Amino acid sequence: MEALFSNVLNLQWQQVVMWGIGALLIYLAIARDMEPTLLLPLGFGAILVNLPFSGAVTQVINGVTEHGALSVLFDAGIANELFPLLLFIGIGAMIDFGPLLSNPKLMIFGAAAQFGIFFTLCAASMFFDINDAASIAIIGAADGPTAIAVAQKLGSKYLGAIMVSAYSYMALVPVIQPPVIRLLTTKKERMIRMPYHEHNVSKITRILFPILTTVVAGLVAPASVALVGFLMFGNLIRECGVLDSLSDTAQHVLANLITILLGITIACQMKAEQFLRPDTLLILGLGLVAFIMDTAGGVLFAKFLNLFLKEKINPMIGAAGISAFPMSGRIVHKMGLKEDPSNFLLMHSIGVNVSGQIASVIAGGLILNFFLH
Amino acid sequence: MQINFHAFTQNLRYMGLGMLGIFAVIGVLVLSVYLLRLIDKK
Repeated sequence: MEALFSNVLNLQWQQVVMWGIGALLIYLAIARDMEPTLLLPLGFGAILVNLPFSGAVTQVINGVTEHGALSVLFDAGIANELFPLLLFIGIGAMIDFGPLLSNPKLMIFGAAAQFGIFFTLCAASMFFDINDAASIAIIGAADGPTAIAVAQKLGSKYLGAIMVSAYSYMALVPVIQPPVIRLLTTKKERMIRMPYHEHNVSKITRILFPILTTVVAGLVAPASVALVGFLMFGNLIRECGVLDSLSDTAQHVLANLITILLGITIACQMKAEQFLRPDTLLILGLGLVAFIMDTAGGVLFAKFLNLFLKEKINPMIGAAGISAFPMSGRIVHKMGLKEDPSNFLLMHSIGVNVSGQIASVIAGGLILNFFLH
Repeated sequence: MQINFHAFTQNLRYMGLGMLGIFAVIGVLVLSVYLLRLIDKK
């Protein structure tokens, strides 16, 4: 009988708390539809790794090492940043750069909306060492694979908290962004109309753009070549027109497969002793700061440009420059419609939103350039 | 937990360099796309 119940006595209260956190993530994923592709595996994984002497993670029992599947997967795909990079191929294959290439100057708002990353870097460095501060700051990239790749490469101890923070706030973008936008803009500014002039984007442009982006970003920040390169490789597969089956596989099978493995494997970092620390609350707070300052950076940059432009820009589109695609673009469009039901900002906001995906990956590469080694 | 206020100002240079770097890359990409458009038109 003792053999059946002895492990129950090894249960610690901290592990039970982690079960509760895992259950909360699962609830948010299912009942509230908040980023279910990541929060559900994260939540379930948090329960798996917080069972006493769980066989899912590597354990040393009586001097003998028992390898757990999640630890093996972690070493195979997260420790070497492989899973996020493979996922980027799928994401790149899903992105249509058409609206952006039709109006390329929108890309500068994607750049401006990465301000929150660097602001949070400065703020986080007051509490953490620089590598951890940089890993926390990359939450502001609003991009899961970038956050995982950068945090892992910088050797951050807080990968679990960073992932929970990043994915939770990505799901909460509809709650976080509107109050910040309203605070920084007047009603008159929110009602600015932006006529859409569609320019035809040639196939050559669509093919050359991913190649160009990789070369330019790689020359400036060589540490970003893997991140930007895999994303743009996925896009090239999509745009070349001769690899439809590969594009389809990348967008669906590859992306889904890697997402399943990524979510549950990251949970290795959600053991009670790693996650239940005062630092975790601080990281959640700093992650929120990153998203708020991203939004503020984009909006204020648009307002700054309006000082010099005859044909004004609706400053709300600056907020769409964060990488939470397509949520952020849709939020800005909805806010525009709310102020003026005939003001359609969607093509502009989606274009800016797409540029945010490029800019966030470049930002991740720059962070690695600054702090790796 | 110790708060190092000085670290905020010390690391502002990364904010400057980072934003400059992103704008530089994006700026080159914007110009490249306009250049591609010109070549396409011809």
